[in-house]
Amino acid sequence: MPLSSKTTRTYFLLVLFLALRAFGNLSLAWGTKHLPETLAADPLVYIRSMLHPGISVGIAMLILALMVRLALLSVADLSFILPMTAIGYVLAALLGRVFLHEAVSPQRWLAVTLIFAGAALVSSTPQATSGNVEGSK
Amino acid sequence: MTWVLVIVMVVATVLSDLLQSFEMKRAGEQSVGARGVGRLLRMIVARRYLLLSIVCLAFSFFAFMALVQSAPLSFAVPVSASSFILETVLAKILLKEHIGARRAAGCLLVLCGVVLLGK
Repeated sequence: MPLSSKTTRTYFLLVLFLALRAFGNLSLAWGTKHLPETLAADPLVYIRSMLHPGISVGIAMLILALMVRLALLSVADLSFILPMTAIGYVLAALLGRVFLHEAVSPQRWLAVTLIFAGAALVSSTPQATSGNVEGSK
Repeated sequence: MTWVLVIVMVVATVLSDLLQSFEMKRAGEQSVGARGVGRLLRMIVARRYLLLSIVCLAFSFFAFMALVQSAPLSFAVPVSASSFILETVLAKILLKEHIGARRAAGCLLVLCGVVLLGK
C-alpha cells in the first residue's frame, strides 16, 4: 500500500474513532445522570441501567469506537494513538459545556489549548516505529 | 469514592491498552469494512491476550460509568488521561516502541493540559 494512502487511512480512522467516542461518552453521561439509582458495586444495577436509551446508544457507539481503534492500532503505534486521543478530552469539555451545560472555567480552556498544541506536535512524528507493521506489507 | 473509581479505571485501562497493542501488532494490519468486522470478531475470540484486554476494558468502563454519573463529563474524561503518560513509558519499555524527543515533548504538553483541565 502506498505511504500517502496509508496516512489518509490512518487519519480517517482517527477522526471516526474520536467522533464515535466523544458522542458515545456524551450519550452515556446523559443517560447515567438520568438514572433513578446510583451505580455502585452491584453488577445487576449496571445491567439494568443498559436498558436506558441514552446508555444503550452510548454503549453501541463506544463498541464501534473500540473496533475502529483496533484497526487503528494495527496501522499505527500506541504511543502515536494515545496522544492523538487527547483531542477527545477537548471534545468532552466542549460537549459537556454545550449539551450538559457544565461550567468550564478559563483555566480549563487554557488546558484545552495546551492539549491542542501537544497533539499537533505529536501528529508531526512518524506513526509506526516498531517495524513489523510496515515491513511486512 | 470518586478517586477509587479513577484508580480502578486508570489501572484497567493501562493493562487493556498494552495487551491490545501487543496482540494487534502480532496480527498485522486490519481493516474495518463489512468483512473486516467479522474477521476482527473472530480474531478477538481466537487471541487470548485480546480477550483479556477486553475484560480489563469492561472493568475500566463500569468504573467510568459510575464516575460519569456523579462527576461532570468535563472532569471524568480528562481525569482518565492520567493513564496515558504511564502508557507511553510502558509502550517504550514493553512494546519496544521508539519515543522521539519531539513526541515526548508533545506528550508532556498534553499531560500538562490534562492536569490543568482536571483541577
